[in-house]
Amino acid sequence: MKIHEYQAKEILRAHGAMTPRGRVATTPEEAFEIATELGTAVVIKAQVHVGGRGKAGGIKVAHDARAARDIAEAMLGSDLKGLIVEKVLVEEALDIAQEYYLGIVLDRNVRRHTVMVSAEGGVDIEEVAARSPEKIAKLPIDPRMGLAEFQMRQLCYDAALDRRVISSACKFLHGLYQAYLAVDANLAEINPLVVTAGGEVTAADAKINIDDSALYRHPKIADLAEESEADEIEMEAHRRGIQYVRLDGDIGVLGNGAGLVMATLDEVKNAGGASANFLDIGGGARADLVLNSLDLIMMTPGVEGIFCNVFGGITRCDEVAQGIIEARTKLNISVPMVVRLTGTNEQEGRHILAEAGVVAAESMQEGAAKIVELTR
Amino acid sequence: MGILIDKNTKVIVQGMSGREGEFHARAMIEYGTNVLAGVTPGKGGTEVLGKPMYDTVKDAVEATGANASVIFVPKQFAADAILEAASAGLDVVACITDGIPAQDMIRVVDYAQERGVRLMGPNCPGIVTADECKLGIMPGHIFSPGPVGLMSRSGTLTYEVVDRLTRAGLGQTTCVGVGGDPILGTRFIDLLPLFEADDQTEAIVLIGEIGGADEEAAAECIATMNKPVVGLISGRTAPPGKRMGHAGAIISGGSGTAEAKVEALTAAGVPIADAPYDIPALVKQQLARNKARA
Repeated sequence: MKIHEYQAKEILRAHGAMTPRGRVATTPEEAFEIATELGTAVVIKAQVHVGGRGKAGGIKVAHDARAARDIAEAMLGSDLKGLIVEKVLVEEALDIAQEYYLGIVLDRNVRRHTVMVSAEGGVDIEEVAARSPEKIAKLPIDPRMGLAEFQMRQLCYDAALDRRVISSACKFLHGLYQAYLAVDANLAEINPLVVTAGGEVTAADAKINIDDSALYRHPKIADLAEESEADEIEMEAHRRGIQYVRLDGDIGVLGNGAGLVMATLDEVKNAGGASANFLDIGGGARADLVLNSLDLIMMTPGVEGIFCNVFGGITRCDEVAQGIIEARTKLNISVPMVVRLTGTNEQEGRHILAEAGVVAAESMQEGAAKIVELTR
Repeated sequence: MGILIDKNTKVIVQGMSGREGEFHARAMIEYGTNVLAGVTPGKGGTEVLGKPMYDTVKDAVEATGANASVIFVPKQFAADAILEAASAGLDVVACITDGIPAQDMIRVVDYAQERGVRLMGPNCPGIVTADECKLGIMPGHIFSPGPVGLMSRSGTLTYEVVDRLTRAGLGQTTCVGVGGDPILGTRFIDLLPLFEADDQTEAIVLIGEIGGADEEAAAECIATMNKPVVGLISGRTAPPGKRMGHAGAIISGGSGTAEAKVEALTAAGVPIADAPYDIPALVKQQLARNKARA
């Protein structure tokens, strides 16, 4: 789960990693107040999850409080790459001497958290990694030892950071690591980490992603998801406990098991169609979950047909068929529907569908071809 | 025969007193698996499905001589359950539970490795050695014994492929679900040498998906092997940055794409199926090639 920059910075501060002074504002007046309190030039930053925020006009400098208000007024409610700006972060503008990069990421290949430090901050770190990988100092963290002081120093020396700021950089890194662990992050990235003209080390930007599997033990952070502007239907799916991802085609897809659903999307494409969504009902789904899932698909704009592809292992085909029939009536589904059911209780399931006149398919490829044909 | 588990494997079920645990323990027993006991803290001295329950894995192992475990405990307790199984000296552990935080799994995998335990999962469907032993939740009726070894990151897609293989007269040695999470106890590279060394396995099916680099790592290993491998990568149409259900299935920062995986595997001589139903024909081709070579 992604959280906003201002939320990430609050977490960093709580763990002793320095961030610029400032706060989040939802109105131009608040922005004015914050800028007045700071008494310096400020940066106004749109709090939306888009890449290239600066280039898109989502980061602006204001030299006084009135300018801050005007910029905030223009930015709040505006559309930034398709997302509406509801909050802006108002922070003291930094007098930048140097820009570094600091990151901690869940590295699945080595099955550890890996720290990365580079003196080449402020740019796309993946470009640095591709162009000159030697400029990024890396260390997979031993889960039993943690991140030792000497290792942090070593990383800073290896990355050739300015020797005068190494102790401040280590202090920051320590705080970042503590924050990363405390919130069950799988990515924490400070780009750039700024060294100010006064020699202070502070996070000009901050990005923290939280491990979705750990949200159950961080209810406060899970609540932040409500504040971020994820897709509305995806949010609704989240509330219903259904794995749903919005895509941009016109064929609604429902299946059981992530791998099978992905393969179904691929198959729809093979057949010449495009899927409107990914939806996994998981294992052992009951009729009401199927109904709830089809409801989500029907909310998806532009759906012209639905393909249900279920391989019953723990999941019972008759339960799924029951849910489909109920959904057709209750949700008044009028778009074409093709159902492929196989596995546990498939005879019962197919019987239920046949009685209701639902188009059944013997296999995944036959079903995909049928739905593409019916929606053409 | 096959790999990891066979008819001599002695199994305990962690969380057997729970709804899922009991349901699947019954199915495992019906398949012919040698399930000896269950473990749930606080349930020691009771019975489930006519099998004795123990409070700890250690007690269960001491009483029964079990060497494998399958874990159905809720996610809040699952990491600890794996540690307990590893600590008790089991050889093979399959963790079915999904939703375990990655931070916990980093510690758990580190410890399991040190203890020499082969951990499948978490978030995996388990292992089946056809007609011998079923450790997990895969539907037993789709399997048949034969020469194909299979390993997969996905559950239901595995069933789809196994069903196709069986219908095409291609039985299996062992089918392993490695799990859909980013941090896994056992990966394709750990299983490939086992299949390569197994006398009965003549061809291997690898079912991968977007995210991570396990398929690319497998490709490097396959290039050095004798046995043929056939591949399938799901998620070719998935957009970057969107997690497709599995915690591990996400294209991030330009890595983990289906194209990269297909390219790496193809370079290692692995024919890639366009869809699950293409796999039996590809496997048959490889088996015929084996024969021609012999």
